[in-house]
Order: sequence, then structure tokens, then C-alpha cells
Amino acid sequence: MKKFFQLLLRNRLAAAGGVAICFVVILALITPLLPLQAPNVTNTANRFQPVFAEGHLLGTDHLGRDMLSRLLWGTRLSLAVGFSAAIFAAFFGAAIGIVAGYFGGRTDNVIMRGVDMLMAFPYILLALAIVAALGPGLVNALIAVAAVNVPFFARNIRGVTVGIAHKEFVDAARLAGLSDTRIILTEILPNVVPVIVIAMSTTIGWMILETAGLSFLGLGSQPPQADLGSMLGEARSALITNPHTSVVPGVMILIIVMGINLLGDGVRDALDPRLRSGALTRPMAATVVQRKGAVPAPHAGGVLTMTDLETQFHVGPRIYKAVNKVSLNVAPGECLGVIGESGSGKSVTALSVMGLVASPPGVIVGGSIRYKDEELIGARYTTLRRFRGDRVAYIFQDPLATLHPLYKVGDQLVEAIRVHHPVSRAEAWKRAVELLKQVRIPNAENRASTYPHEMSGGMRQRVGIAMALANDPDVIIADEPTTALDVTVQAQILSLLDDLRRERGLAIVFITHDFGVVGQLCDRVAVMYAGRIVEEGPTDAVLAAPAHPYTRRLIACVPELGEGRRRLEAIPGLPPAVDRLEPGCAFAARCTKKEAACVTREIELARAGPRAVRCLYPETDLSREAAE
Amino acid sequence: MTGYILKRLVSAIPVLLGITVIVFLIMAMIPGDPATAILGSYATPENVEKLNRDLGLDQPLVARYFIWLGNMLTGDFGRSFALNRPVIDEVLDRFSATLVLAGTAFILCAVFGIIAGVVSAARQYGFADKAITFAVLLGISVPSFFLGMMMILIFAVKLRWLPVSGMFAIYGGGDLPDLLNHLIMPALALAVVATGVVARLSRSAMLEVLRQDFIRTARAKGVGERDVVWRHALKAAMVSIIPVLGIQAGFVLSGAVYIEMVFQWPGVGRMLVDAILKRDILLVQGGVVFVAACYVLFNIAVDVAQSLLDPRIKT
Amino acid sequence: MTEVLKLQNLSKAFPVGKRLFGAPKGTVHAVQPLDLSVQQGETLGIVGESGCGKSTLARMLVGLIPPTTGSIEIDGKPLDNADPAVFGRRIQYVFQDPISSLNPRKTIRQVMEAPLKRLHGMDKAQRDRRISEIFDSVNLREEFMERYPHEFSGGQAQRIGIARALAAEAKILILDEPVSALDVSVQAQVLNLLADLKAKLGLTYLFISHDLAVVEAVSDRVAVLYFGSVVEVGKAEDIFRAPRHPYTRLLAESAPVVGRPLAAPEGRETELPDPLNPPQGCAFRARCPFAQGDCAAAPPPLAPPEGHRVACYHPLN
Repeated sequence: MKKFFQLLLRNRLAAAGGVAICFVVILALITPLLPLQAPNVTNTANRFQPVFAEGHLLGTDHLGRDMLSRLLWGTRLSLAVGFSAAIFAAFFGAAIGIVAGYFGGRTDNVIMRGVDMLMAFPYILLALAIVAALGPGLVNALIAVAAVNVPFFARNIRGVTVGIAHKEFVDAARLAGLSDTRIILTEILPNVVPVIVIAMSTTIGWMILETAGLSFLGLGSQPPQADLGSMLGEARSALITNPHTSVVPGVMILIIVMGINLLGDGVRDALDPRLRSGALTRPMAATVVQRKGAVPAPHAGGVLTMTDLETQFHVGPRIYKAVNKVSLNVAPGECLGVIGESGSGKSVTALSVMGLVASPPGVIVGGSIRYKDEELIGARYTTLRRFRGDRVAYIFQDPLATLHPLYKVGDQLVEAIRVHHPVSRAEAWKRAVELLKQVRIPNAENRASTYPHEMSGGMRQRVGIAMALANDPDVIIADEPTTALDVTVQAQILSLLDDLRRERGLAIVFITHDFGVVGQLCDRVAVMYAGRIVEEGPTDAVLAAPAHPYTRRLIACVPELGEGRRRLEAIPGLPPAVDRLEPGCAFAARCTKKEAACVTREIELARAGPRAVRCLYPETDLSREAAE
Repeated sequence: MTGYILKRLVSAIPVLLGITVIVFLIMAMIPGDPATAILGSYATPENVEKLNRDLGLDQPLVARYFIWLGNMLTGDFGRSFALNRPVIDEVLDRFSATLVLAGTAFILCAVFGIIAGVVSAARQYGFADKAITFAVLLGISVPSFFLGMMMILIFAVKLRWLPVSGMFAIYGGGDLPDLLNHLIMPALALAVVATGVVARLSRSAMLEVLRQDFIRTARAKGVGERDVVWRHALKAAMVSIIPVLGIQAGFVLSGAVYIEMVFQWPGVGRMLVDAILKRDILLVQGGVVFVAACYVLFNIAVDVAQSLLDPRIKT
Repeated sequence: MTEVLKLQNLSKAFPVGKRLFGAPKGTVHAVQPLDLSVQQGETLGIVGESGCGKSTLARMLVGLIPPTTGSIEIDGKPLDNADPAVFGRRIQYVFQDPISSLNPRKTIRQVMEAPLKRLHGMDKAQRDRRISEIFDSVNLREEFMERYPHEFSGGQAQRIGIARALAAEAKILILDEPVSALDVSVQAQVLNLLADLKAKLGLTYLFISHDLAVVEAVSDRVAVLYFGSVVEVGKAEDIFRAPRHPYTRLLAESAPVVGRPLAAPEGRETELPDPLNPPQGCAFRARCPFAQGDCAAAPPPLAPPEGHRVACYHPLN
């Protein structure tokens, strides 16, 4: 709750709206106590007094009534009606929505057909029909506005409820013996309330407008009593001669509704968890680069060389060091595996190469990435774009999410080709079909004209690979390309990738968390932990005799097929959060070989021959191994 | 595709029937007796009874509904007693005027709303985004009838650029330039709120889409930023924008009622308000059913547009 | 050994393309009629790829969805009532996604109290004592009790999920991919905890996973599911080492193993059959290198009735 108000107040506009609306509400509440003139006493001799006339701060209207007094009483009435309409609509709409969404099936069907029926009317027709039936009057206008809004709430809340009702915690509650009523009250409702509040805060201004509108049409409050809408309606005939009688109530409505909308947006932003975590920001075309130091010289040769790469996430005051001085290189025809758990920085490393880390919050703060002789960090956007997909291509994890759902796969391949090569569409299409054949998609001619959702996961990932191959790149960066696939499909995709690399001399950077995959596919492997490389070397050597305690224990705790039933060697504890890294070895807290020296200073990646390890007390003596 | 359209049309039949039932039931709630309302309180009991019989009001509720429905299906919406004219003739005349106004406003709000939303999302937190966000906020907070009145005051009264009200000039008008001249202010005033709503939803739909994985894929392919935003992202965002446009069409039609009052536009909204104040029940019934039916058909068109855009919808 | 869980002819069919009136357009047989039994104190592993029906089976076993045909017997007594509260005391469920299986707006204490209150009607003091006991057994600190789910890591949340299942005091736990949402270093912690609990409390597990190595490491027996049917059941140490069904062999050969050269175990680029339009006979025959004419006639039965069972007309040796 406290956090909610902090977030609300941090938003200056929302705070301004809140202050404005509080002021108006307080004014409306104390109106009966203020020394105002009677709002409904006519004095035609005194009609149309201008603003600032003596005794009438805001002048008088066509019947000589004091505008200030009428304005305040009218505001009071408008607010009361608007708020009540919102509460009624929210209550009934939410109740209907929750019942329909939770029970589903036939109940849902019948209720939602009814709601659809009501929403088939342009809302004012329904409101007019209700007023026509009940007769003009403020209470009837209130009923009409509330009634036409019930379907909106019902539909909105139902959607949210359906989402929650299918969550696993609702199943868990059922298994814990809770009844339907109790599940609705204790499991569903607390999760729906924020949505109801958001929906109310964003529609309440609109409901005030609507009741004012009905009064404006003469169907709401009846003379002599006036709300803001009917004041405007009465002033309409004198618009040209005495505009102030229109402007005063109109501006008041504007202030109220704007204040409510500003506040409502603030409430929505503060309550919506996605907005709270800043997830709804647009990632820029390329990752922001804020390099502090000089560009380091490349540490090794290769078609792609990263040297001391540092990528961070800047979220508010926190700095997450996702990638912390990582150096990697890959030669033509070579497959480099990068292995690590979630949060180890392996994917961020991969995405940093072509500036695809989402910014905000991602920032590359240092290091060098070279494609052949070209520096990529800090390169102009046009340079990056020229390389993207042409020289360095990506394959991503989830092939359903990474292909555009509304374009045919053939067209997506055509685009990949035509972005870099000025060929005709027909020619590009022919090449696209050719590519689909190369990734062994059966019936490629027809498959090119299908949409991604019509394919199986394995076929989609083949399309992803075909897209990466479209321009014959030198480097392919594969970011967990088989994690979302079934094991039999994974085997097909891995062998396809292996064949392609051998046929074409491709350099592959393969990001994974699976030692089995690394062991089968990669020539070299780099192990990452908490944003750093802790060990690197030829795959066979690392797997056979891991040097870093983390590598050894990670291998040991993963069961491998064929080892039978056994107790696993678990690693206690959790990886550290990369925004609060202690000095020294990040693994020290979980390590059985930890000494005082491990946490006093930075530990260098010690190289010996083809292998390297970042540990003071490695499991294998690398320099001796290299000497042998 | 034709099959899908037919299927949607058939599925609209129960909705249309539902609409007639709802309207009929609401109108049946009217207290007192319509014949007295029509004839005035000085009418003789014989006359009231005769009128009741003529209107079929002596029949039970269900029978009355089916008589009314049957008549409507043959194009007979009854007779407006206040105008002494067939309801359907009056509604058609007035609806065409509303269609001109609301149609123009709808096109304006769709085009400008989407453009503003996309620009706003593409330049998130930039100057354009802030300016658009503020304009949108102002747009959705101002009552359209107040905005219309202020426009009259400024552009018609003070600057004398545009006519104050009406659809055509009383003398010598009637051609297209004259119509456009009269249309500018009401169409703009009507479009403002809906533009704001469309812009807001387009912005959030775009922001939602721009963080999707397939946008990253497009960038990884080397697609330029303009194509990423206006082709890849907008196309995907349209899937959630199009239904909003369908709903906004209803809002524009609704807002037209106020605008027609302010600008003396001879549309169906003003007709309905007058009819309510005069208790011209058959005119209200007929007008509401007719406009609602048109809106249902419009929403079918929206669904068809959606299915053309999104291959995942089974046609 | 006693049989604690017995499934007979259990199946689930979902209607597809529901209409407001009239019959649905088709049915998908998510689980074909199957018979399985689980012994007291045993861990039965169930493996299969996505869409094989393993989750549907699990949800039927705890009463979250009613079966289309067949019966579930626990300790020889049939559970014919699809009320999860009745099931809850005898058989419990541990969910795949530990975070989403906890209500984000309830404290851990509230989560833990629900089964104690609703299933066992304990009073406050009893509940507090019981919760401490359970927390102790799953190595959770009591100070976690007043916190909310988002404050926990995946591994901790999964312990809480296990603790909740234990609170119901059911003797059978259905573990539906309990570690696949966890990182590998945390996976081992949870798997070891499950093994300890089983030994200490005499539990019986049904362990569902897509990960062959994990299933092999924790199970006594393993059942392989393909396209809604059990195609092979056998001892964990045998089933992947010496598979008898061609599909089991395909699975075993596809699993990446360090040191084994990469080779696509399947030459053809095959896909799963269409559930709306299931093939005649053996569902695997289109992918099977040993398929012969008789495979298309009827689905092969699971035989023999005991021991290592396989549903294949031409099993491997």
C-alpha cells in the first residue's frame, strides 16, 4: 500500500491530477457550509451579469442566478452522480464478470451472450431508451449511465477472471478442499480487485461526462436544480451573446474529468505490475552504448572476437552487471558453446553482439566486439544494420514467438534476403524455397505459403534456421535454439545445425544450459556464472576434467541418461544477484573449497594453453596439463 | 471468405432479435398508458380505447412483440404521431445525415488516432510522445458538446470562418462544398474524443508488440527501424486496434447525439432526443432498433476485416 | 507389496469445436483407455513428449478433470466422485510452475493453512504445530511464513508447493514436471528433497517429466506415453538401456549424452499424428522403422500383463 502511494506520487502529473480532484471534491463537500447565495433563486432584473460583477464573482445566468453558487452546487451533484454510477456499474459488472469467468461453460455462454447483446447497441441508444422508458430525471440518467457501463465492466472482469481461474493456484486451492464460493472470495477476488480499481479509475471521468451529457440534452437533472451538464445545456441559447455562462460550467467539467483521468492513469500505472517493472518500454533499435574506458585491443583472433564486454541493466538506482568483462572468440567453422544457468549472462552476451539487448534497461558500458576488423560496439546504427542477418545471424529460443505471426514464412524469408540484396521478389521467393529445402522441410514449395502457427515447433525452428542462413552469414549465434523443443525434435535440429556448419564453414556461438548438447555439438565451451566466464577450453577436456569447482559440481548435479537411479550431488544455495556482487569469486558462498583469499580481490581468468579458469584452487592443474 | 461472411451474418440474427427484445422490454416498462400520452389527458375513454386497439395494446405482451416484429420485417416501423409520418421514412432521412457526420468523424479518428499512437510509441518518452499524450488526455477529458460550443464561438462567431450550424446553408446551399463547410466543425468536435481513445490504445498496443520476440527477430535480420515500426509492429498491433475501432464506431455514433444538438445537425440523434421529450414512443423504438441493427452489421464488417488481417482466426 | 493406486480403463476425450447446440465437431482422445498400477512406496515415472497426454492424466488422477471412462482406485477403494476435496486427502499434486501455483496475494502461512483447515478441520494451535513440522521437513525457515510468493526463488517456491501437498497428508503425490521450471543446480536440491521425504514419510510418487535422465534417476519403474497411450512399462534401469518399443528407443537415442556422437536417430523429418484425425492401428507406425502391415490393423495391446510390458507387435530384443 505504501509502495502504491509512493509510485503514485512519483508520477508528477498524477499527483497534480490528484491535488486538483481533491480540491474540487473538498469544495463540493463543504459547499453547504459556504456563504453562497441561494443557487435557484431567480432575479431576472439581474440577468447575464459578467464575470467579476459586484456580488457575483462568476456573474449571473439568464435568470439572474449567481453562477458561483450554481457552479458549486452543480459540481456537487455531478460528482455524486458520476461516482455513484461508477460504483454501481463496477459492482454489478464485476459480479457478473467473475461469475461468468469462474464457472465458464454454459453459465459463461449464456451470460456473455446477454452482455454481447447489450454491447451491440451504441451505448447512448440504450441510455436513451432507458431514459425514454423511465422518464427524464437525474436518478434515471444515473441508472441509464450505470446500466450501459455494466457490460463493459462485465466483459473486462470476465477476461481477467478466466485468466486467473486457469492459474495453478486455483487448482491448488481446489485440492486443498476449498469450495467454489471460498475460491471466488479468497483466491479470485483479491487478484481481480486491482483490475476493478483500474477499470473504475479510467472510466469514472467518462461516466461524469456521460451524465453531464444526458443533462445537457435535457434528459438528466430537471430545472431548477442543475448539475454541470444542464447548466451548459441551459446556457447554449445564450452562447453567442453571453459566452461566460457556458464557459464556466464547461471548464469545470474539463478540470474534473482531466483531474480524474490524470489520477486514474497514475493509479493504473502504480497498480499494473508490468508497468511497475518498467516492462512496457519500447526497446530501441540498438542497445545503448555508454562506454567509459578506452576500446580494449582484441584479445585473440577469430571471425568474431569479444574482449572485456560489459553489459548492464540500469533499473532505477540498481545496476545489474549481467555481463562482466567477458572475452570470447570464435573461428570460422568452429562451434563455441556458452553454458550457464538462467541469470548467468549467457543470452545477454549473445544479444550484445549485434546490439539486440533491449534498451532500456540494457546498456553496454565497455569492451570491444569485433567482426573481422570492424568494431561493433559504438558503431553507427547503419553499420550494425548492414551486418545484422547478413554477416552475423541469430537463431532464437521459442520459434513461435520469434516468427511474425501474420506473415507467411516464405515472405519472412524473402524479407530477410531483400533487406540485404536487391533481388526481385520472385527470385527471392525461389531462394526462400531453396532455403527451406536445405533445412530439410518436406514439401517446401507449399510450406513457404503457410503461416507459423500452422507448423509444428520443430518445423518452425527449421524456418528460424533457414532465415539465419538466408544471406550466407559467417557467424550464427544460436540462443538456446532447442530448449523449447521435444527431445526427438531436438536431436533432429542439432544434427541439422552440425551438418550445416561443416558444409559451410560457419562459426557458431551456441548458448545452452545443457551439457549433453554442448558435449555433442561444440568444439570449445565457455562456462558462465554470475556474468563472468569461470572456465573455458576444449569441450572434451573441460567435460573430462573440469577445472572450476562450479563446472565440476554443475556437471555432477545433472543426471545423465544411462547412469541409473542415484542420489544427485546438489549444489546448495542460489546464484548471487548480479546487482549486489561481493568482491572476489561469485561462487565462493556455495563452494566447499572456499578460502579467505577467494573473497578479498578479483580473481583473474588464468590461461594455460587452450584452457582457462577463474579460480585460485582449481580442481585440475591446467599449467601442468598444458605442459603434458 | 464468402462462407465466413455468411456465417457471421447468420450468427447476427439472434443478436438482432435480442436487440428487438431488449428495446421492446424497455419500452414496455413505460408507466401509464401510451394512448393517453399520445392523446393528452383530456381524451375521452372511447378514443383512448380505440387508439389502444389500433396500436394493438390490448393484446398480451408476447403477442404485441411478435406483431411489432412482424411489421418491422415487412418494413413497417409504425407511424410517428408527432410528425405524422412513417417512422421508417423519418429514420432513413435522419440517419443519412448522421452517417455523413459520424462516418467522417470515424475516418478522422481512425487515421489520426493510429498515426498518433504509432508515433507516440515509436518515440516513447520523447517530445512527440509527451505532446501527443497530453493532447490525447485533453481530448478525452473535454465534453464534446462543450468543445463544439467553443468551436462555434471561436471559428464561427469571432473569426467568421465557418457557418454556425446546420447541414446546408438555408439559401443557395446544397452542394458538396457547402456540405463540407458545414461538416468541418461538427466532424472535428465529434472525432476528438474517439481520436484520443484510439491513439491511447494504439500506443499501448504498439508498445506491447514492440517488446515481442518477433520484433527482435526482424531487427536481427537487419530490417530498418522504419519498417520494423510501420510494417512489422503496426501490422501485429492492428490485431488489437481493429476491435477498438469497432467499439469506437459505437462511441462516435453515440457522441453524434450531442454534436447534432450543438450544431443543429438534422441527424437521428437529435430526432431521438426530441422524440423522447415528446414521448413519441414508436419513433424512439424504430430509431433505436434501426441504428442498432446498422451498428451490428458494421461490427460484422470489422470482424471480417480482422479475419483478413489475422490468419489465426479460423474462417 | 500392496497396490495403492490402480487405474482401470482410464481415458479422457475432449470435445473440440463446441457449439451452443448439437454435438461438437470432433473429439480429441488426450488419454486412451489405460491400465496402470502403482505399488506402495514406489516411484512410477511417466515420460513422454509434449501432447502425449501426461498432464491430462495427472489432472484426472487428482480429480481436477473428470475421466471420460474408467476408474481410479486408492487402497482398493474406488474414487468415483470427481470432488477434489475428496481426492485431496488421499492424493495430492505438485505443480510444474512453482510461482504460479501460489496465490500472489496470500502469505505462505495462508497458503499452508488452507488444506489443514478445509481437509482436516484443525484448530489454530494444531495448524501452527503441523506447519512448523512440515516446514522443518522440507528445510524451510519459519520466518518465510509471513512473506508473499514473489519474494521467493523458484526452488524455494517449489519447496513451499511440496510442503502444501504434504499438509494434506495424502500418501500419494503426483509430481507434474516438478523440476522442469528450475535451474539445473536447484533441480538436484529439489529431487534430493523429494527422495528424502519419500523415505521418511513412506510416500508413493507418480513422477511426470519430459526429461528422461531425471526420470531414470528418481524412478523405480517407468511408463512411456505416446499419443495418449502407454507404449511401454518397465523397470527404470532396463527401460532406456534395453528398450523394447521402437519409440522408447528413439527417445533414448535422442537424449543428448556427453561423449555420444551426434546423429539424427530419425532419418525422416517426421511429425506427430493429427489428434483430430488419429491414424489406424499403432499411432507410431508412420515413424517406425520396423512397421509392417499388421501394425495398421489395430492398436497393439500392452503385454504381458506383468513385468516389462510393451505395446508393439514387433518389439525389440
